[in-house]
Amino acid sequence: MWTLLKIELFKIFRRPRTYIAFAAIAAIVLLFQVGMKFDGKSYLDLILNDVKDTFEITDDFKNRLLNGYFICFAILNVLLVQMPLLVALIAGDSIAGEANMGTLRLSLTRPVSRTEYMLVKFLASVIYTIILLLLLAVLALFGSMLIFGTNTLIIFRSTEIHMMNSFDVLWRYFAAFGYATVALTTVSALAFLLSVFAENSIGPIIATMSIIIVFTILSEFNIPLYDKTVKPYLFTTHMVAWKGFFYVQADADNRTIDGSIQNLPAILRSLGILILYIAGFVGTAIWVFRKKDILT
Amino acid sequence: MRKILLVVLSLFAVLILHAQTAEEIIQKVRAKLDKVNDYEAKGKMKTNVVFIKAPIANVKIYYKRPDKLRINNESGISFIPKGSVNINLSNIFVNTAGFDIIDAGKESGTNLRIIKLLPKDENAEVVLSTLYIDEAQSLIKKSKTTTKENGTYELEMTYGKYAEYGLADKTIFSFNTKNYKLPKGITFDYDDGTKKDQNAEKLKNKKGKVEITYSEYIINKGVPDSVFQ
Amino acid sequence: MSEVIEVKHLTKIFKEVKAVDDLSFTVKAGQVYGFLGQNGAGKSTTIRMLLTLVKPTSGEIKIFGMDLRKNRKEILRQVGAIIERPDLYKYLTALENLRIFAAMSGVKIPEKKLVDQLSMVGLAERAHSKVKTYSQGMKQRLGIAISLVHDPKLIILDEPTNGLDPQGIADVRNLILQLSKEMNKTLLISSHLLSEMELVADSMLIIDKGKKLVEGKVNELFDPAETVVELKTTDDAVAYDKLQRSGLKKFVQEKRNDCVLLKLHRNEVPAIMKELVQMDVNVISLHAKHSLENYFLSLTTTHPDVDAIKN
Repeated sequence: MWTLLKIELFKIFRRPRTYIAFAAIAAIVLLFQVGMKFDGKSYLDLILNDVKDTFEITDDFKNRLLNGYFICFAILNVLLVQMPLLVALIAGDSIAGEANMGTLRLSLTRPVSRTEYMLVKFLASVIYTIILLLLLAVLALFGSMLIFGTNTLIIFRSTEIHMMNSFDVLWRYFAAFGYATVALTTVSALAFLLSVFAENSIGPIIATMSIIIVFTILSEFNIPLYDKTVKPYLFTTHMVAWKGFFYVQADADNRTIDGSIQNLPAILRSLGILILYIAGFVGTAIWVFRKKDILT
Repeated sequence: MRKILLVVLSLFAVLILHAQTAEEIIQKVRAKLDKVNDYEAKGKMKTNVVFIKAPIANVKIYYKRPDKLRINNESGISFIPKGSVNINLSNIFVNTAGFDIIDAGKESGTNLRIIKLLPKDENAEVVLSTLYIDEAQSLIKKSKTTTKENGTYELEMTYGKYAEYGLADKTIFSFNTKNYKLPKGITFDYDDGTKKDQNAEKLKNKKGKVEITYSEYIINKGVPDSVFQ
Repeated sequence: MSEVIEVKHLTKIFKEVKAVDDLSFTVKAGQVYGFLGQNGAGKSTTIRMLLTLVKPTSGEIKIFGMDLRKNRKEILRQVGAIIERPDLYKYLTALENLRIFAAMSGVKIPEKKLVDQLSMVGLAERAHSKVKTYSQGMKQRLGIAISLVHDPKLIILDEPTNGLDPQGIADVRNLILQLSKEMNKTLLISSHLLSEMELVADSMLIIDKGKKLVEGKVNELFDPAETVVELKTTDDAVAYDKLQRSGLKKFVQEKRNDCVLLKLHRNEVPAIMKELVQMDVNVISLHAKHSLENYFLSLTTTHPDVDAIKN
């Protein structure tokens, strides 16, 4: 199993497309950071529009607000929407790509069980996802902390503003990145499942993205018909739960409670749902693959 | 018997003689505040705005006559409400054109003297200040300020060690807040199912409060202008 | 000789199509077993079933005396295969491809031995080139190296000469003979070319529409007594008449539009030639071939449409 995993990882990391994803992440993060460095204040004006009449919004305030923690949150907010594509790029290719190249049939005549083969393939794409997120963490979190420094993190939600002390932030990011790993693994599992049915990798990649886009639209739009019926069951609804780690509890005077999370059970519930999805997708993928006649 | 009558009469006389006019009270309050040219104070600031969850902030407050005031968060970021310059009471009297002073009697229950100040300058930002004054100590305990642009502010003061300078140990600054709402498209909120209805109820009460507890004042030792930049 | 492959009543149905229909055959140790049929006859499906790529609808497969379903891993460890084109990881080098498949076969092979394997198929110099720079023939040879890397007892080659130039075909033929004669491997080779099989196989199975047509030793199947002679003359009708009246009558099969068919032992062909001359038949050509070949050719020409169905 370990040998097989090493082979899979070797194959992934010898492919140019793997590095396209890494380069894409590095480029997006860097562009974002440069943009924020030089024009962050106009970005803030947009967000602060509703509070500028009530509060003193000085340059000093904006400078402090644009700290590394805040930048990282903004980057994650944007990037975690795009990352599924990068994950699907590899996971969607994992079986379909082999089928397309014709290497699948040769691999499956080796003394390796199909279940083993699938588990290793999936595990490899999970490891790829983790590396992608580690890269993101290094660039977006530590990079931004280095460039912009640290300060109180202020999260602007649609009807609330959550502030947390700078010493109370880092662990939230670790938790969030951990959660994001599971969230992106869900995407990976979906792409992986679709990959079993296809004979070229474009199909599963596009199908995965289409599903995510449709689900995200259903998740984000407030359509009462779907709110109670469909939304709670879509995995996209739960993929953004990493943000829950940045929603703090407050006491009766709206004072932030250090180290608190507004609704941990909800996050854990979302996590559970994602894990169920992953198990469902991967389980189905293996089940289908085991029965499949390899004709490519 | 005559002795007793005399005592009672003289007491009355004293009381009548000492019944201060509104102008006198204002004079005394100002005189006390005028002792302070500048100060630097440490404090803890608690922001209580219904849509903001904020940690307690360690702040430094700098003041310099006539109307410079700065609240500096030492270790983080705080939302400082507009008009917070009014936590410095002498600010009330910064008005070159002077005031019309109206005596509005006493507040029932607290026995505080209510005095209203109407700036004579028609263009002044402040339209009306209502002061609740402890006559005996010449200290403003409460104030309400109505402005043209920024609504009404309220101040509540508790005094201690620095009462002789008219400086409070604790001020609660209340102000009006506007509705806060960001489009969901910008935020992509995670809906963790926290009850919205309760929030909506709370949002109706739109007064924000900033409570500052001062721990030490350094008075009249000079404050450089640079801190107010 | 022990049985290496035993197939009994093997059937595979894809939706409506019966790709393999009640097929039974046996391959013995040390044999080069030719598996013949036109495209779409069910060869590939059968081979894929032998390699567990396709699940049989019914029937039984035993390899090395073990049930394939129950002892899949154990069996595959001793089987090497090329299925149709030798598709490999194009973005990896030959050596990396070889190493990957060796590892997947569960053997750890030192770098030097891998290079030796490549030199056996004449690729040692290009060991570090990416496969995408390889020609079709080089890929085929690398594919063979991969199928041999774990030293299997049984080698299954599906259309190994497809897409090769004449030199490549000859190379593969020599390699097959070398594997069989020198290294004592058992080989199952599929092809749609009888002439190719005739040169290497010692036993043969011909299938059509998933069904067995003939099976047997090549020297028996290609019995010289079964030689068919196509006689072309200036006037076939006259020639046919003359033949009917001569002592050669017993050999005459039928008169066709463009020739007369005779069936006889290969050794008798020179004598016939003489006799025809003596009978004053104006011979244009005398073409001798084995009846099996004729038969096989007729299959290939009568169902050209079957090509369309992927097997």
